[in-house]
Amino acid sequence: MELNGGALLMEALKEEGVELVFGYPGGAVLHIYDALYQQNSVKHILVRHEQSATHAADGYARATGKPGVVLVTSGPGATNAVTGIATAFMDSIPMVVLSGQVQSRFIGSDAFQEVDCVGITRPCVKHNFLVDSLENMAQTIKEAFYVATTGRPGPVVVDIPKDFTTPGVTVPFEYPDSVEMRSYSPPSQGHPGQIRKATDLILSAKKPMIYSGGGVVLGNASEQLRSFTQLLGYPITQTLMGLGAYPASDKQNIGMLGMHGTYEANIAMHECDVLIAIGARFDDRVTGEVESFCPNAKIVHVDIDPASISKNVTVDVPIVGNVAQVLEAMIEQIKATEKRVDPADLASWWALIKDWQSKKCLDYDLSDNVIKPQAVVEALWRETKGDAYITSDVGQHQMWAAQYYGFDKPNRWINSGGLGTMGFGLPAAIGVQLGFPDEIVACITGEASIQMCIQELSTAFQYGTPIKIINLNNRYMGMVRQWQEFSYEKRYSHSYMDALPDFMKLAESYGHVGMNIENPADVDGALAEAFALKDRLVFMNFVTDQTENVYPMIEAGKGHHEMRLNPQRELA
Amino acid sequence: MRHVISVLLENESGALSRVSGLFSARGYNIESLTVAPTDDPTLSRMTIVTSGTERIIEQIIKQLNKLVSVAKLTDLTEVEFIEREIMLVKIRAVNSDREEIKRLADIFRGRILDVTETTYVVELTGDDHKLNAFLAACGVDNVLEVARSGATGIARGEKSLKV
Repeated sequence: MELNGGALLMEALKEEGVELVFGYPGGAVLHIYDALYQQNSVKHILVRHEQSATHAADGYARATGKPGVVLVTSGPGATNAVTGIATAFMDSIPMVVLSGQVQSRFIGSDAFQEVDCVGITRPCVKHNFLVDSLENMAQTIKEAFYVATTGRPGPVVVDIPKDFTTPGVTVPFEYPDSVEMRSYSPPSQGHPGQIRKATDLILSAKKPMIYSGGGVVLGNASEQLRSFTQLLGYPITQTLMGLGAYPASDKQNIGMLGMHGTYEANIAMHECDVLIAIGARFDDRVTGEVESFCPNAKIVHVDIDPASISKNVTVDVPIVGNVAQVLEAMIEQIKATEKRVDPADLASWWALIKDWQSKKCLDYDLSDNVIKPQAVVEALWRETKGDAYITSDVGQHQMWAAQYYGFDKPNRWINSGGLGTMGFGLPAAIGVQLGFPDEIVACITGEASIQMCIQELSTAFQYGTPIKIINLNNRYMGMVRQWQEFSYEKRYSHSYMDALPDFMKLAESYGHVGMNIENPADVDGALAEAFALKDRLVFMNFVTDQTENVYPMIEAGKGHHEMRLNPQRELA
Repeated sequence: MRHVISVLLENESGALSRVSGLFSARGYNIESLTVAPTDDPTLSRMTIVTSGTERIIEQIIKQLNKLVSVAKLTDLTEVEFIEREIMLVKIRAVNSDREEIKRLADIFRGRILDVTETTYVVELTGDDHKLNAFLAACGVDNVLEVARSGATGIARGEKSLKV
């Protein structure tokens, strides 16, 4: 089959099983858009800003597990995409970004809409390619998908000079069945000796603790994590990125850990004697002050990325490998041995944890006059029976979503954990909804974050994605305000949002349904009404308590044992 | 501690900047970095001289390995190895100094490549101790210009870095 570059790209995407491409046209990709027009296998989603194309593809990838695909033009198209690429990079999300480039003979001449896309994206991609000829294009696309989806996943950019997609120039098309790269071989199997050592240590604990992260979600290892945890009977805490990989409602789950994790999870981290880290990377928001991190623990660390091992915290038994496979091997070994933790030790460990849990660190005071943001999230959980896909933006609302929406399944919690990108929530929700048209998708956001990609209300209307937007509107950049309250003597420097739009009218002008909710008594009814509108996007503007803070909290430079609890609720 | 790391990487445009970008982005030291094609034209060999704690060196090696363009690498400092650097140095050579510098070049097994009435250009090969020692012997005031290649290295014995 003889194909020109544009048609070749379409065939390659088809071969990769790509159903959706999120993009925005422009000069350097006109040939590709022409090829897109002339085929039916790949559907294109036109966003309103390239940043949103990457976030939408990212949301799609996080929910479905399939790589997200993006198509943008050269120059500003590529630079606009960078925030979304970096977002995906920090959270290890598989994504392939096709960017147009000026004609190869113009590269380096400061041509119209030219940027060094490969250079600009290099520090925030897993890998990137500049296509060097039409002949090599199919191979490059194959390699891009291979690199993006294997090992520790991540975004891959393929920069395509315009002349390689010229309609009149063709090459014979044959898509490679497999790919071999001598300089890239992702690890797979964990080392049996290390697994044996780890199992021994795990079974000799007196105060064991399982700490799991986003790697379990990305590695499809939730089932294995559940078997492993339940076989051992140990307490488990999850990172922000790992929520849902282990059911929140299970009694062994003691909640999220880290800066806004639960008191019991963080204290248990501090007190444990064996820590089993699974698909987690010891991020600074999780560890707090590294010097005082898990001072009494021997640490087992399972991760697919060797560079994650002993990067921030030195571990005792590292296992590099596929999380699902390593967990299976450990389960097998535990089942094969008689050795078990002393039940009396485990019982007294659980008794300590129960005691910490009795502080009820997530309790908050309800009010009859003003809507508490936490209460909205809890009401949303009830309305959706805890089974919705939830995207979020970044800030207080993100933490409340993580704390109060108990995720029982993986891939349901879609948020920018690593980069912390405001503006992520709405486009990500569009991507999730397009991946799962029949599922319930809600975006928990705030009035500051939502305005960063608000234009995507137009995209949502065009493609009829019936997302429910839960805008927790406290008229502040809440998390900034909270830090200013705690650390800057309440000097609220530029964290107040003046001149907010009328969100109800704004939603309506984009063709959606808008709702204003100001009274705590109306929360449940409003949610019921909104979710009954199954085929409409509903923008719910909840006017919430301006002074509410996210508790508990570990402040910068503090350890897990130095948590700040809600002052109104603080017990002895 | 000082480490000499040899890297085989794909000989393609941008590969060098992936490595140098990694060092600057993560704040690792580079004392010197050399790169040239090998007997296999699809591969370049890079020698990086760096320093840091054991933990940092371990991270550097892991992060380098993680780069998709890196095919293979070795920390030469872990084994018996040979390190060489070439230096071209322009030295003021007048009156009695002419004879003295000629003698010093001989002692250090250097070669004089260029001679004028007032200067010599000396070529010298060795590890950095030797090169520094030569410069010190010549005296700072006499050294007009120094061009050093940066170190390259290879393991002794059977061990070889090959893809």
